[in-house]
Amino acid sequence: MEYVSPEGLRLDGRRPMEMRQIRAEIGAVAKADGSAVFEMGNTKVISAVYGPREVQNWSQQISDKALVRCEYSMANFSTGDRMRKPKGDRRSTEISLVIRQTMEACIMTHLMPRSQIDIFVQVLQADGGTRSACINAATLALADAGIPLQDLVTSCSAGYLNSTPLLDLNYVEDSAGGPDVTVGFLPKLDKVTLLQMDSKLSLDLFENVMQLAIEGCKAVANYIREILLENTKQLEYRRGL
Amino acid sequence: MREIQLSLNKTQKIRLQRALEKLESLSSKVNSHASVTIADSIPVSYEDGVLKGHGTLDFNGEVISTVCGVVERVNKLVYVRTLRAKYKPEVGDIIVGRVSEVAQKRWRLDINYSQDAVLMLSSMNLPDGIQRRRTALDELNMRSIFEEDDVICAEVRGFQHDGLHLQARSQKYGKLERGQLLTVPPYLVKRRKQHFHHLEQYGVDLILGCNGFIWVGEHVEARDDMVGDQEKKPEWQNTKSQKNSMSLEDQERTYTPIETRQNICRIANAIRVLSTLGFNITAELITETVNLSSSLNLDIHQMLGSEFCVLVAEGEAERRSLTKGRG
Repeated sequence: MEYVSPEGLRLDGRRPMEMRQIRAEIGAVAKADGSAVFEMGNTKVISAVYGPREVQNWSQQISDKALVRCEYSMANFSTGDRMRKPKGDRRSTEISLVIRQTMEACIMTHLMPRSQIDIFVQVLQADGGTRSACINAATLALADAGIPLQDLVTSCSAGYLNSTPLLDLNYVEDSAGGPDVTVGFLPKLDKVTLLQMDSKLSLDLFENVMQLAIEGCKAVANYIREILLENTKQLEYRRGL
Repeated sequence: MREIQLSLNKTQKIRLQRALEKLESLSSKVNSHASVTIADSIPVSYEDGVLKGHGTLDFNGEVISTVCGVVERVNKLVYVRTLRAKYKPEVGDIIVGRVSEVAQKRWRLDINYSQDAVLMLSSMNLPDGIQRRRTALDELNMRSIFEEDDVICAEVRGFQHDGLHLQARSQKYGKLERGQLLTVPPYLVKRRKQHFHHLEQYGVDLILGCNGFIWVGEHVEARDDMVGDQEKKPEWQNTKSQKNSMSLEDQERTYTPIETRQNICRIANAIRVLSTLGFNITAELITETVNLSSSLNLDIHQMLGSEFCVLVAEGEAERRSLTKGRG
């Protein structure tokens, strides 16, 4: 199947180096301490953060740091065929662990000892790149909750099909069986916190594809910064003196 | 952007938008706050030397922010004040909390902080008012003072090794009954001299806890424990056993009149509207909002509707432009 046409257009009409449209909204879940909805093209993800709050299971309490818990689930209606088991299956457990490790590296946990931070992420619509969308949504929700972070964590995926590096794969391109590199990136510190890949890729090509994904992360970071700044300004002027 | 979670029709949307734009233009003229977001660099003059306070981080010699908020500078101290974060306790704050656990010689309260606060049995006045050492019998009778899910008003005493400690040694602190507890974001409640308000025209007590928990309840006269020692003692001992078999006169005495209850609901709804819109919560603003609703003859439940919300926003925009014009 042809994923990149001879003119250089992909299946959804994008250029190889073009990302899907991003949209974010803060404050979707009123009861949570912080929440956000993040959309990358057709992939839509909602996240809610509760914390820092008292540790519910006293035996898990850490005396000098905060405990970070993360749960990833997909809504039944998020994929084409209705999902049988939205949580607890291997993929969800793996992605929960991945998101938790990525966020934990970035949250300044030593400022909140003996407490617990819960991150819940749910996929409402899955069209490729759910992992990246979840990490971006979790960052927004943590920022909304006022939890101190060393830097914004942004994530984006890239692949390699028809001898072309492609940025931000959607579901069809992802299912093609080609390599899929997901990168989690800290833009200010210029560090990579998450690097995962499916399938195989030679080393020189890998370098290119990873760089492309990092560029995508930087673009997402700019957008997230704008959203957060706007939100902060709005809260401040509404509050008054 | 945080959208207001109400279904507004087209005209209401436009009116709300206009009111919020007016508020924005007022604030940008009055003060040019520096809003920052995570990993933003904070402009600092390095010649004086700078103290990096809360919400900041040193990276490669420059000061960057770790939270979203507003930069505040006090002499050499630079810190970032967060907006929607959890409550940050300070010694002497008046707070309202809910008991989550009765533990050994202490109660644990939920106060919207990263941990539960601790109220020691020794920081609490005994019901008979005598100052004495707490015995094992007192410890066993802790539940007759406060139980789980009771709402308590207390003051922050300080930070100890095992967490935040509270004290409730005065008459104005203690268990709160006959009223509603509301939760608002803590940044909307400013630290003032007075946190206890008695709204005489409604017969309602209003306590604005610094942690964002607000109590609206029927007015209770501050009792003087020292004077009424003898009468008080049998009363609390009998409360638990005779709760179910109260005499008719007792029941009449403890009945809250319907008008007071309606006032309580009205004030609570006013606070809910102000919290949704994100305005600072003060006693004056609450009474103004309640007056607005009664002057429009709105039903209590209509106060939570979209029309009243837009009216309150417009009223606040008016009020702020007037104060700005005067000041």
